[in-house]
Amino acid sequence: MPLLDRNGARADGWTRSEGAAIDNIPAAIVPWEFLAEALDRQVPGQSIGVLIPNNLPTAELAPFLPRLALVAIAFPAYSDGRGFSQARQIRRVGFAGELRASGPLIADQFAYALSCGFDTVELPEASAARQPVEQWLRARASFSRTYQRGYGTPERNILDRRRAARTDAAATSAATP
Amino acid sequence: MYRYDEFDEHFVRERVAQFADQVSRRLDGSLTEDEFKPLRLKNGVYLQLHAYMLRIAVPYGTLNSRQLRRLALIGEKYDRGYGHFTTRQNLQFNWPKLRDIPEILGLLADVEMHCIQTSGNCIRNVTADHFAGVAQDEIEDPRPTAELIRQWSSAHPEFSYLPRKFKIAVTGAEADRAVIKAHDIGLRLRRHPDTHETCYEVSVGGGLGRTPMIGKVVRDYLPKKDLLAYLEAIMRVYNLEGRRDNKYKARVKILVHEIGAEEFARRVEAEFAQLDGPSINADPEEVARIAAYFAPPAYETLPAVSNTLEAAKASNPAFARWVEVNTAPHKVPGYTALTISLKPIGQAPGDASSEQMRVVADLAQRYSFDELRVTHAQNLVLPHVRQRDLFAIWQKLGEAGLAEANIGLVTDIIACPGLDYCALATARSIPIAQAIQQRFANEARQREIGPLGIKISGCINACGHHHVGHIGILGLEKRGIESYQITLGGDATENAAIGEILGPGLAAEDVPDAIERIVAVYLAERAEGESFIDNVRRIGLAPFKAAFQETTRAAA
Repeated sequence: MPLLDRNGARADGWTRSEGAAIDNIPAAIVPWEFLAEALDRQVPGQSIGVLIPNNLPTAELAPFLPRLALVAIAFPAYSDGRGFSQARQIRRVGFAGELRASGPLIADQFAYALSCGFDTVELPEASAARQPVEQWLRARASFSRTYQRGYGTPERNILDRRRAARTDAAATSAATP
Repeated sequence: MYRYDEFDEHFVRERVAQFADQVSRRLDGSLTEDEFKPLRLKNGVYLQLHAYMLRIAVPYGTLNSRQLRRLALIGEKYDRGYGHFTTRQNLQFNWPKLRDIPEILGLLADVEMHCIQTSGNCIRNVTADHFAGVAQDEIEDPRPTAELIRQWSSAHPEFSYLPRKFKIAVTGAEADRAVIKAHDIGLRLRRHPDTHETCYEVSVGGGLGRTPMIGKVVRDYLPKKDLLAYLEAIMRVYNLEGRRDNKYKARVKILVHEIGAEEFARRVEAEFAQLDGPSINADPEEVARIAAYFAPPAYETLPAVSNTLEAAKASNPAFARWVEVNTAPHKVPGYTALTISLKPIGQAPGDASSEQMRVVADLAQRYSFDELRVTHAQNLVLPHVRQRDLFAIWQKLGEAGLAEANIGLVTDIIACPGLDYCALATARSIPIAQAIQQRFANEARQREIGPLGIKISGCINACGHHHVGHIGILGLEKRGIESYQITLGGDATENAAIGEILGPGLAAEDVPDAIERIVAVYLAERAEGESFIDNVRRIGLAPFKAAFQETTRAAA
């Protein structure tokens, strides 16, 4: 399935496995229900990722995270935003691997997904065919700065920019004799 | 009032450009109709029965004269010369063309306005007490909080695809004029009994619609500095756990009801405990920056009682009556908060023509420090009027057909647009409101009845707040015929209550009779000085039910 990261289309080095049989796959994404079994079979040098349903509590996933290189969160529909909150929680517990949104997202959700901690978006063929990569990149840049603190760099945050402006103004006035 | 800085301005312009891009992607087929729908809704564009409808955000109901004149212009140029003020303090235009909407958005942005999140499954336009900053019973002005929430909730990356719509209301007064208990989140500024600091009482899970619920308090005293982190925790619990299998069970009230307020609060607190507050909350300087915009205007020092006003009242009983009914006490001596009724007898509740908007804008500029408010009861407020100017204002309003003296009375009816406009409606609302108004038009009679709130919704979604009307009217459709269900005992204030159904549904033409019978019971049973709602509470539903049944029998 077509894959995007913040810079555009990207090749997918991961292989989806239907079950826990991942013997010859160097980087395998397994469904959540087979994760424990797949990890038992993991061989040295092999990367394992998991595809989780969007109703999985983060607390249940957390014990596995240190051994995972990728977490893909299923978006059953673009209108189902649970994955955004899951991504935030998974990042909060310290997961530093690839976080992937998997499902029929729309270009207008790209910036949101990246802000919530996703690295990549994996689209069904039909969605990708209708929405060319340029649209995703344009939509990503719709807002140059946003209001919510903690969802991206302070440079792109309006409250942080206001704070920086206050600090600068205070420094200037202190420096003025 | 708040003014945009360069960041706010840029954000709104970018939203306008984004919408234009979304429209073009819909037109070229990149987006399906299904995918485009929530995008247009999140910018206030509905497809109604006869046309598109555009809902413009009036954040916490605050406007200046320039903004209201701009709305008048848009109404004239792109609509049919009028607009409709809503129960969420917004303004709707019922007849704009889709192709004009990007241009309208540009005109709104010029005056620091937008349509952001006036619909869709996201955090909606935040509402507040329409007497914010001027009410005598106010502990702290709710507008800085509301503005902070407006900014924080705009294009939120995590909470823009919620299970369902999400409404937040804020009050800072003892009396609740913002119906906070019927909101997904209701915030009440209050003083902590020990520290005397102002905190928020946080209620969650109120809402009307087909399953009306009164909000439950989940935090008694939330420190002000923790607001955004706490809201983030509530929203995250809801986003993750709110039901998505049935749109009628998707509001947060259902989650709170199913797991219980205590368990909901526990989950919120557990999430909140994990958050790093300082990296989420607005810093105190930012809160102070916003609050500074709401500093009181330069009031004059005036005597508490205006002799000019008293003299005018003495010589003109109609004027005296209007002052008595339509003004509210003001914090500052010599001033008053004036409510302008958009409920002239026989008109559609909440409608104002472009001409009327200009008259009100002129009055706001000349007499009210350039400020006005929209109330959830679909009226307008001039919040800072010198008492001695009331007579001149009354005369001007009279010429514009806006001097109805009925605020809070039986003819000050809240009504949704109903089947005359709305695609969801199952029955008409406006003609029912008009018929009741005609029946009770007599001013002496209205005065005798006293405060009585009638609220009408044209479908189960309850935009007309019928559940919290002293008398609520819900229009349904039964086998192709409109049928009106009457409820009694609802209350939209700090004593929030859901009304109870009196009996079987009525035909449209029988509704005014039923209201008369209900009112007759009150007039016969009331104690000295007892208001309608107090009377209903004291004597209970039984006598009203009995009278109501006579209506049903008479109609049969």
